[in-house]
Amino acid sequence: MSVLQSLVIILGMFVVTFGIRFVLLARAHKVTMPSYVEQALKYVPVAVLTAIITPMVLMPSGEMSLSLDNPWLLGALAAFAVGIYRQQQLLTIVVGVLVFFVARYAL
Amino acid sequence: MNTFASVKTGIVASIPMIIGGIPFGILFGSLASSYGLSPWFAIAMSAIVFAGSAQFVALGLIALNAPIWVIVSTTFIVNLRHLLYAADMVKYVKHLPFSTRLIMGFGLIDETYAAVRPLYTVGTLNDKTGHKAYLGSFLAFYIMWNITTVLGVLSGELIPGMSEWGLEFAMVATFIGIITPYLKTQPFWLCLMSAAVSSIVLAGLPNNLGLLSSAVIGVLVGFFAEQQKRRHESVTQFEGVDS
Repeated sequence: MSVLQSLVIILGMFVVTFGIRFVLLARAHKVTMPSYVEQALKYVPVAVLTAIITPMVLMPSGEMSLSLDNPWLLGALAAFAVGIYRQQQLLTIVVGVLVFFVARYAL
Repeated sequence: MNTFASVKTGIVASIPMIIGGIPFGILFGSLASSYGLSPWFAIAMSAIVFAGSAQFVALGLIALNAPIWVIVSTTFIVNLRHLLYAADMVKYVKHLPFSTRLIMGFGLIDETYAAVRPLYTVGTLNDKTGHKAYLGSFLAFYIMWNITTVLGVLSGELIPGMSEWGLEFAMVATFIGIITPYLKTQPFWLCLMSAAVSSIVLAGLPNNLGLLSSAVIGVLVGFFAEQQKRRHESVTQFEGVDS
């Protein structure tokens, strides 16, 4: 990859990423959200993040794997259980990662 | 709260996710060097683009020799979710100067939104302190992301095969840590389940369109479930008054 190509890729990625993040904030003083939009926005983090991680967890190698041999599934289930019952983010992350690595390398 | 206390509030709320982000940043740097890309490319991308998952997707496409327009338009789609975060933040930044909003826009990532946004709802932050906490969180993530990228580039050259370790699981665990506190009402559970099922069913769609459509489906299911619930509750309330 040439230096020029690298520059174009990084600048292009910057423009679209920053554009998406900033466009509404730039006009914030003039934007008013209808209340139904406000209500719908509450569901964005759960919907987006779930859509990102579910395929990673259930299809780690591109095919459905619902077995106990799947360390991604075990780690995610452990993190989910801790997150639901304890609601401590650090504990959720640490337990999930530990279970994942134990399942992957020790079992 | 003075400025320092506000900034600190934002940083403290971000600590668990910063720890979760460390392996992810190292993985990004090491993956870039395992693809034979220049160290400066990975370092510049982390400093200028600052978008974890989009940077990973871009690396994958570069490894496949995808054309530049595909890389840029995929970045656009992967990051579209930030538009929704921004829409949600609008009411809290209206009064701020343009330059502050500019920096907040640059730093609008999943983690900072997830760390800072709930603090407005519970009343820890307000119009005077919120942006300072936000900037504290942004700065902490920005420093972490750039340092770990450099570490990853260096260790990727020293330790081959690091990209096979499964370090990206740290992102999965971090996102689960963001999701679970929301799961207190039925509409949020329905949102989670519908987004999960659609993301599997639509996994074959090109250019991350499955991710985007599943996110929209999840939001709509949550929204309509809540409408349904409210209608139901107002009906039972009405009957209660009646009898």
